[in-house]
This record gives sequence, C-alpha cells and structure tokens, in this order.
Amino acid sequence: MSTITLAKALNDGLRASMEGDAKVVVMGEDVGKLGGVFRVTDGLQKDFGEDRVIDTPLSESGIIGTAVGLAMRGYRPVCEIQFDGFVYPAYDQIVSQVAKLHFRSGGRLPMPIVIRIPFGGGIGAVEHHSESPEAQFAHTAGLKVVACSNAADAYWMIQQAIACDDPVVFLEPKRRYWEKANLDREAAPAPLLSSKVVRDGTDVTVLAYGPMVKTCLESAIAAAEGGTSIEVIDLRTLSPLDLEPVYASVRRTGRVVVVHEAVVNLGIGAEVAARITEQCFYALEAPVLRVGGFDTPYPPSRIEEEYLPDLDRVLDAVDRSLAY
Amino acid sequence: MPEEPEFVQLLTPEGERVEHPSFAFDGDDEMIASMYRDLVLTRRIDTEATALQRQGELGIWASLLGQEAAQIGSARALRPQDFAFPTYREHGVAWCKGIDPVALLSLFRGVDQGSWNPLETNFGLYTIVIGAQTLHATGYAMGVQRDGAVGTGDDDRDTAVVAYFGDGATSQGDVNEAFIWASVFNAPVVFFCQNNQWAISEPIDRQTRIPLYQRASGFGFPGLRVDGNDVLACHAVTKAATQRAREGSGPTLIEAFTYRMGAHTTSDDPTRYRLSGDLEHWKLKDPLARVHAYLTRHAGLAEDFFADIEAESDVLAHRIREGCVAMADPHVLGIFDKVYAEQTEELAAQQAGYAAYLDTFETQTGAHA
Repeated sequence: MSTITLAKALNDGLRASMEGDAKVVVMGEDVGKLGGVFRVTDGLQKDFGEDRVIDTPLSESGIIGTAVGLAMRGYRPVCEIQFDGFVYPAYDQIVSQVAKLHFRSGGRLPMPIVIRIPFGGGIGAVEHHSESPEAQFAHTAGLKVVACSNAADAYWMIQQAIACDDPVVFLEPKRRYWEKANLDREAAPAPLLSSKVVRDGTDVTVLAYGPMVKTCLESAIAAAEGGTSIEVIDLRTLSPLDLEPVYASVRRTGRVVVVHEAVVNLGIGAEVAARITEQCFYALEAPVLRVGGFDTPYPPSRIEEEYLPDLDRVLDAVDRSLAY
Repeated sequence: MPEEPEFVQLLTPEGERVEHPSFAFDGDDEMIASMYRDLVLTRRIDTEATALQRQGELGIWASLLGQEAAQIGSARALRPQDFAFPTYREHGVAWCKGIDPVALLSLFRGVDQGSWNPLETNFGLYTIVIGAQTLHATGYAMGVQRDGAVGTGDDDRDTAVVAYFGDGATSQGDVNEAFIWASVFNAPVVFFCQNNQWAISEPIDRQTRIPLYQRASGFGFPGLRVDGNDVLACHAVTKAATQRAREGSGPTLIEAFTYRMGAHTTSDDPTRYRLSGDLEHWKLKDPLARVHAYLTRHAGLAEDFFADIEAESDVLAHRIREGCVAMADPHVLGIFDKVYAEQTEELAAQQAGYAAYLDTFETQTGAHA
C-alpha cells in the first residue's frame, strides 16, 4: 500500500503497460522531454526512448490519424490530447475512423487505441481548457468511454484501457491530478467497464464520475450531519454504462441525483435518468434529478466556481428529491 | 483547362517511347504487355460495375475511367509487403493487390463496408472521408520504422507505404498534416495524388494556385509530376519513390496528371459543369490506346494477343456480374457483432431484444428467416 497522486498513478500505470507490452507507444504534444503539461508521462521517454514516447507535431487529427495506422501495424497507441477543448480537430478521425474501423472491416481491424483527455474545469484556466465533452464520445458507437476519479482507479483503469482491443476514450479529472489516495498494487482491480458504490447510504442515490465523485462524497458527509444518508456511486464507465449496481441502489432509496460538470442538456445524466425510469419505475419516489453545467459555454475562470456543481448544489438537489 | 504541364513522360499518347533524364522504365515488352492486360481488365471491371449500377444492382459506383495508367503503373511498382491506402476509386490498385473485383462491389451494393482483409492483402479499406487515409498511411509507415523494416537492404523486408488521394483532398487538413508528420519523422510513405482535374464539380484551380507537386518542397520533401496517363512513367516514378522510402530516405509526393473521363460517381452529371471539348482533348491521351499502339507497332504483338485479353475480360465481366447479383443481403442482427472486438453486455442486450422483437413476427407470420 502506498499513497500516490492521481497523476503519478497514471504515470505508474502507463509505465507498467509499456513494460508489459513492447507494442505500447505513447504519443502526444509535449509528452516526451517535458513529460506532458500535467507530467503524467514524466520520465517515460527517458526510459523507453523516442520511438515509444513520441513528441508529436501540434496536430490533433494527426495524432489520432497516425494512431490508426500504427494500430493497423500492430501497435497499441496511447494518445494524449493535451486539453479537452483541443480534441475537436481530431473529432473526424475519432468518430469516422477510430470508432468505425472495426465495424467497417467486418471485425478484421481492431483499434486498440487509448485517447487520454484531461477533462473538466476548476483549475482557473483560460477558455478551451475546462470542458467536458464526454457525451459526444459516449454517443458514438464503437468507442468505449471511461472516467477515473481517484488515484487507485486511475492506476488500474489506464492499464485495463490499454489492454482493451477496442478504442477507449480515457477521461482524466484534471483538477484531481494532485490529490492523493492509497494504492494497493497487489489488490485485484475491478473490471474496467464497471461502476462502483463508493459510499453506502439509504435515503438518496447520487451518481457521479470523474471530478464530481469527490464533490459528491463531500456532499454525502455534509448530508450525514443533517441526518440524510446518501449512497454515492462512481459510474467509472460512461459507454457502455454499468447500471445494475445503480438499479439495485435505486430500488432501495427510490431517489436519484445525477451529477456531472458537462451541460445537462442531452448529457450522460439524461441517458442515465431514462434508463432508471425504464428499469426502476415503480421504485421511484421522485423524478431523477440532474445537477450539471448550464447550457452555456464554459465561463471565464473567475466565475467558474459558481458554474461548477458544488456541494451546495448537490445537496439542494438531494433536498428537492426528498421533498417529493 | 490548365496549361500543358511539364511532367515525366516515357510513352507518348501516340505510343512512342521517349527518354527522360531522371527516370526510365526498367521492364521489358513482356511486362508492358502484362500491364496492358491489367489496364484492359481494370477498365472492364469499371465498365461492368457502372452497368450494374445502371441496372440497380449497385447503389453507386465511382468510376476510374481515364485513371487506369496512374493506378496500374503505380501499383505494379509495389512489392508484396508494401501497403497501399486507397480512396474509394482505386479499383486498379486493388486489382494489382490481388483483391477480387467482386469484393470491391459489396461496399457499393450496400451489403457491407469493405469485404477484404487489409492485413492479409496490404490494401486498406476504401476510405470515403476525403484524405483521412493519408494519416493512416503515415502512421502505418511510422510502425514500419519501429519494426526496423526500413533501410536494412533486405528487399523482402524493407517496406514502403503508398497513400492514394485526389486533387480535392489536397485542400484537407488531414493531407497537410500527413505531409508534416511524414516529413518530420522521415516516414517511408509515398503520397500518390491522382490529379484528375475535378473534385465533383470543382476544378483544380479551386484547390490550388500552384502545381500540386510543388507543395512538397514547402513540407521538405521531393515532389514531381508525372503523366498520369502514361503507365510506364507512373511505374518508373513510383518505383523510384518507393525504393527511396524503403531505403529510409523519406516521403515523396507524386502528382499523376490525369483526367476523370467519367462522372465523379454514377450519381453525378458532369455536363452541368464542364465542356465536352475537354473530354475530347483528353480522349486523345487515353492511357490504354497508347500502350496498344506501342505493343502493335514496336513489340510485334499480333491481333490474337489483344483478342485473348478481350476474351478474358468478357469472362471476368461475366463473373463480376454473377458474383454481384448473388451477393446476399446481410442479416440485421449481424450489425451488433462487429462494433467492438470485445462485445459489451449493453449491446448484446440490444441485439437480444431486437431478436426477440423480430421473433414476434416470425410467430405471427412465419415470414422472418
């Protein structure tokens, strides 16, 4: 057992994958000598060489498009998109090529590509550095989309994503990069495409992923002081969704709040709410409520704390759910 | 009509061999005869496919009429280990890579989205999003470098990659990014641009103000223009460029100057945007006629040689027609199976749910098989 930051856990996970499989290559802007702007790839180029840790041209479509060719040649590229808002130049390659080539080829061309994207706000950044584009990828057949929320999960999930023969959009909660957690490297990890109950409760089920998991855990602690018992589930996988543990929880609590930074309109929460309604209709005591970003572009950073869902907004939704 | 360009030409439209200071065709008359066979058969594949579309057996077809020499000449220069990444019009390259012409039709008939195995044939899937495959080619070439399959001097190991694309694609960001990546990583890739003068209705002057091959110098690698209707010249320049790539000397841009004799696809009507006089002008440069003239006049091939190829093309056309018409529609439940290499429970449940829904019809009518 060791205590480790989320960024370092990713670094260790990447290292383990690279040691275990010579076909794993890391590519992206500034991932080599600099070690990435968040230092997630720190030291990897020094140890694995410039052929396996590739400082690329500033060309996101190029990063993903060449990863397709590398995958066809038998490699397992791990692509870093430097910030969420920079992924859109690669959108065509991700959606039309990476996501569809296995299907288009009748299963002959697996695309074992990981697309790492630091996502979400809360770091005081300028525009295009704080976005949450996960729904756009979850909406695309052929991709798997996961989000880690803590160091221990990050360590295992990145290795599992790299080992997966399908393309995985791997979302990293950038404002949690420096937060520490205990990591037991001997423990058997949960499957990549699984959700996880991270706090037991009896009154309301709160669903989150990525950076909002911590926010929701803090909300649950605060609520407990007022006598409300919140169960928190970390969704972890956004496509496919793993909702059986959610349904089991909702059948006990009858009340659900879904929380994410991304805009509420047509977001992950909308899909989750629809499925809960289909599966748990008679167990529900209140409509599924959503807490998330407003339908605006991400705001200037001086007011981002007001935009981002926080403890109070989560508890407000919990109260509204309980009021039904 | 663009000005007549300076380009590498080794066989004139009249069928006369000419010298070029830098490039020479290194094959003999027997090889020219075999390339002529490829040209004729490829044109016949195209003619038959167009007819099948007109008769409703294909949803659409993208004709390569007029571009046979660019494709056969370049593809015949490839070694078996060389990988070609096509657009959706590279029927001649597919032929040279050993793809059954019947297999080309399934995409256009709408029964699948590519029926050959790219990893076994070293021929990528047809790519409809313009220019996307140039990045795939560059990435594949970077993999070749990492495999140590460049510059070893072993002819069976060293590998070149060829990215095919058209004049319209040169305006795409992906193509320009591919040029940059191939250049800075010195990747063993040849960019083979068939400038057929038209991107559906848009003429070449809507894509560029300079000859396309000259763009290469800005990216830091050689570019050249070849007579795209001259199969010997296309072979010679591609052989040189792929050899250069295999040796580790990096990318080359080849602009094959040619003409799309037909419509963009069977859905297009070129009479709305170009003059019939242009077509007549280019007919005089036909890529097949000049080889026919050479073989007749200088290689001493008699009429029975040509008659045999015509007979062979009739057999091929018949086989294509029968193969096309015999293609069964896929079963809808199959679409769930190949989305992922590792199937998800979510999608398997959707498949099972739809199967159960379909079964309700079977129960009612017995019609669904």
